[in-house]
Amino acid sequence: MGLFSKLKEALKKTKNSLAAKLTDLFSRNKLGDEFYEDLEEILISSDVSVLTAEEIVEEIKERAIGEKCRDKEYVISLLKEALYDKLTAAEPLEIETPAVLMVVGVNGVGKTTTIGKLANLFVKDDFTVTVAAADTFRAAASEQLSVWGDRAGVRVVKHAEGADPSAVVYDAVRSVKAKETDILIIDTAGRLHVKANLMEELKKMDRVVNREYPEANFYKLIVLDASTGQNAFNQVAAFKDDVGLDGIILTKLDGTAKGGFVISLCGELEVPVCYVGTGEKIDDIEVFDAEEFVDGLFE
Amino acid sequence: MAQFASLSEKLNHIFSKLTKRGRLTELEIKTAMREVRVALLEADVNLKVAKDFINTVSEKAVGQEILKSLNPTQQVIKIVNEELIALMGSSNAKLEVAPKPPTVIMMCGLQGAGKTTFCGKLAMYLKKQGKKPLLVACDVYRPAAITQLKVVGEKVGAEVFEKGQGNPVRIAKEGVKHAEKFGFDTVIVDTAGRLQIDETLMRELEDIKAEISPTEILLTVDAMTGQIAVDVADTFNKRLEVTGLILTKLDGDTRGGATLSIKAVTGKPVKFCGTGEKLGDMEPFYPDRMASRILGMGDVLTLIEKAESAITEEQAKKLEKKMRENAFTLEDYLVQFDAMKKMGGIKDVLSMMPGAGKMKLGDADIDESKIEKTKAIIRSMTPKERRDPNIINFSRKNRIAKGSGTTVQDINRLLKQFEQTKQMMKRMKNNKMFRF
Repeated sequence: MGLFSKLKEALKKTKNSLAAKLTDLFSRNKLGDEFYEDLEEILISSDVSVLTAEEIVEEIKERAIGEKCRDKEYVISLLKEALYDKLTAAEPLEIETPAVLMVVGVNGVGKTTTIGKLANLFVKDDFTVTVAAADTFRAAASEQLSVWGDRAGVRVVKHAEGADPSAVVYDAVRSVKAKETDILIIDTAGRLHVKANLMEELKKMDRVVNREYPEANFYKLIVLDASTGQNAFNQVAAFKDDVGLDGIILTKLDGTAKGGFVISLCGELEVPVCYVGTGEKIDDIEVFDAEEFVDGLFE
Repeated sequence: MAQFASLSEKLNHIFSKLTKRGRLTELEIKTAMREVRVALLEADVNLKVAKDFINTVSEKAVGQEILKSLNPTQQVIKIVNEELIALMGSSNAKLEVAPKPPTVIMMCGLQGAGKTTFCGKLAMYLKKQGKKPLLVACDVYRPAAITQLKVVGEKVGAEVFEKGQGNPVRIAKEGVKHAEKFGFDTVIVDTAGRLQIDETLMRELEDIKAEISPTEILLTVDAMTGQIAVDVADTFNKRLEVTGLILTKLDGDTRGGATLSIKAVTGKPVKFCGTGEKLGDMEPFYPDRMASRILGMGDVLTLIEKAESAITEEQAKKLEKKMRENAFTLEDYLVQFDAMKKMGGIKDVLSMMPGAGKMKLGDADIDESKIEKTKAIIRSMTPKERRDPNIINFSRKNRIAKGSGTTVQDINRLLKQFEQTKQMMKRMKNNKMFRF
């Protein structure tokens, strides 16, 4: 299976609907105001934010009119270009060891599963990896992470349920420093970004890593569920404000959801997408490629 | 999302050109409805659902006389709001009970929607009603899902029936048998999260249903779900004929338009909402509140309702009079804090204010331990000082600090805050915003 074949397969459902809608649109309409209004709606119905959809359509329209273009094929290429530009607006993430990856996000987006897959991915690339079970809140979260740890063959640092997550982080950092582990991945409890006390808890973990392990490259990654709607924007904005974000991991792309909000996110909040989750198996994760993503939408 | 103008602002802009009052014309409605549609889409209402909705509402709105007391914007919002409420159905969806126990409740939904947590909440709710629920662990796929259900069950004191990673259909069947044998009156079956396009797993749900004939099949939907909510709800409903919907994670700042989508496509009632991570955080569904939330007008109703129950009418009248006379004192400040506390803490109250969710509570966040401190300071003042803080000089401040275990700086801060509150109330009074 090629590098992106799985992503393509996953995106087939996405592309079916977006591509089908576009084909339908192009067959129905002349290039006019109504055409562009409909185009905007098609983007919105892929969970692209209204603001971004307006921007993109406005840009395409201006260019098409400026170049006196009446060719629909050309308009599609303009659209592709615009989407690609949005998706690559933020600098792509490059992970350098020694690294600490803190994985954050709201409840139920797939953080723990993603960490299992990431650990496996890094192990396959010959890095040494440890994961820290800093979700001490959700019932059985550390057991879940342990199962994934076993599957990936990595060490799991954990405390009892209800323990201070920062203490878990502290222990994990001490351990990876002593063992000179390449990558530490921290699993955090799901938290809604509007809960100030939970965000404080996260900031504390952030401080512990910065204080105890300043020599490491510290990356904060947010996991977003592809089936989420416009709220993804609020999520990223809030986590970015509170702890800073270096990248987005988009999960559950094997469903029919489009995850179109990443187009708005990369553009408006300048956080790059770095990985995508495409299933429940340990190998169902891929490095994000904007070009593939956009092409996949249109093929 | 803060950059978007609110729906009422946009509508105001459209109608600002409208000079003479009278009936709403077709053209005005069309322009206004485009903005309503954008508002709905921004709230994650599915495009098709939004379009259908707009068509219905437009038909009703054209030619309607603008009520004397309303401006065109308010009139349009009123119509839209009423239609939304009507579409979302009743607030009083009770759980059906089987004529012959046990009542079997089967949960289903996508991964991460919050099924397992909700199972725990439901068990706790039933126990409070004097029922004896049994939890059945049929999520044999997600690592540690069974353990999670067991922990949740233990917390609420409900027994959990599990057979490890066995066949979910058989586990469900045996679970119901177990309930019959040991006198449980309700069985809650937790199933694995699954994509609605996963043929194998969808068939598994159909098999479970056929085997245990549930009284209730509840589809759990994350309130933050986007456009896809329609497909998910439609598929689950077509294959399983769900009996009700559960909305989870409503304690976030999502506008929750998915609610309208799933309601429109299934026609099934929303039975409960999940409003927090604690096992008691479960509420009935209020269509009116949801409507104003989707339209981005905040959960003003909830706030008013909560405020009403926390402050007695008499207190409210007094407060209003004092505000009118600008005679608000530190004593009233104290009463207010207590009322706030009854309303579920300042954060809760703020989160229900229109726009507060968007502006992120960080800015308006108030530490509740600081409130205790504030109360201690006010309680250490003499009645005279409370009525007229201007007389509080340095030596009085020292005395109050000692009495309340705080510092003079704390007292200065409080006095400054109080002055600001007074100013704010003055402004609110002029705006007619404050209506306790």
